[in-house]
Amino acid sequence: MTAITHHIPDDLLDAHVTGNLPHAFSVVVAAHLSLCDACRARAEAAEMLGGALLDRVAPTSMSPGAKERLLAALEDAPPPTTPIARSGIFPAPVMQALDGQPPKWRMLGGGIRQQILSADREGSLRLLYIPAGRAVPEHSHGGLELTLVLQGSFSDSEGRFGVGDVETAGDEVDHQPIAGMEGPCICLAATDAPLRFRAMIPRLLQPLFRI
Amino acid sequence: MMPDDRTSQIVIAPPDSGAVMHGGPARPTGEESGILHENEASPTQPTLWLIAVRDTRDRAAFMQLFDHFGPRLKAMLIRGGLRDGSAEDVVQDVMLTVWHKAAQFDPHRAEASAWIYRIARNRRIDLARRKPPPEPDPLAEPEGSEPDAPQILALGQEATLLRRALEALSPDQAKVLEQAYFEDLPHSRISEMTGLPLGTIKSRIRLGLERLRRDLKDLRQP
Repeated sequence: MTAITHHIPDDLLDAHVTGNLPHAFSVVVAAHLSLCDACRARAEAAEMLGGALLDRVAPTSMSPGAKERLLAALEDAPPPTTPIARSGIFPAPVMQALDGQPPKWRMLGGGIRQQILSADREGSLRLLYIPAGRAVPEHSHGGLELTLVLQGSFSDSEGRFGVGDVETAGDEVDHQPIAGMEGPCICLAATDAPLRFRAMIPRLLQPLFRI
Repeated sequence: MMPDDRTSQIVIAPPDSGAVMHGGPARPTGEESGILHENEASPTQPTLWLIAVRDTRDRAAFMQLFDHFGPRLKAMLIRGGLRDGSAEDVVQDVMLTVWHKAAQFDPHRAEASAWIYRIARNRRIDLARRKPPPEPDPLAEPEGSEPDAPQILALGQEATLLRRALEALSPDQAKVLEQAYFEDLPHSRISEMTGLPLGTIKSRIRLGLERLRRDLKDLRQP
């Protein structure tokens, strides 16, 4: 595996650490942190700042019975947790988004497949499967797109992206990612607005596929 | 870059200066000098309490943690928009998580305050979105690894410098940070944080943590 060269920008990382990043983007960031020690260290440094701020906030006193209530609760068994762990190429945050199941791909045409993992007002999250050497239709988007490579690679006007690399594309980027020849490329992508395709046909198909 | 032997930066105070208090006027400002007294670089008291909870299920230490963080967490949650009663409920949840998950606390990588901040932030996201926030793959330390005192010391030292730099911020700058960490700061304003004069310290913490990861990786894959 080659070294990761495309990382999470500062503002997105800070937004993630402080809980201000929409869910779809936070999943991409958490998946990248699973693969990138440098960004995980950045995130933990930002959390140190959160701790320092918590330490110096002016305290608000707790109600009189709070301590006894907590002590009593210590006797209770911890709530059962069934953590979903990483599996194959999918880090834990992706497996969580998949509910622990393998992806259920839907064909988009041209051999390209996707699975939408979540979609709400704030953004949508999907897995994309692009056959080796195949291009995703040229598109731009109304807002931010964050794409993490989980397998293979893709290249576009912004460079080459291998496993662990994340591409941050604003609405100014009008790009056409092409999967590397070494094998199918699987990516995790978050967008905060529907993608806009340039070619007429894909645009008509867009509501159908929610790509 | 960080010197390799980080402990060499720690200058032990001469005996006659032992009475100098934390933050007292007689101390040089560490951010420029990088000089800290020994006790400032050792783990914070809450970190020691949390280690006691982790290692011996020490209830007295847990109650100390509650006394320290309970009212601060409550203040933070109220800033984040919760009412008094729900803030207390969330504090209970957070402190119970601290108790049950203490085994995951790693003083090489975090101080108690940062670890507890993260638990509280996750709980707040969980409640707001009705789904738990994504968390990266857990990092496991190699079985039977001994505590790395210089790493813990180095982290404590940087944390002290970070707290000192925080004190030196203007009220407006501190407000942006508190809004981001405790409330909801619109994404468009998050970038204001990047310009604050804490970057150097944050990078040093980051470098220290990265080095730790490399060391751990070497241990895991001899």
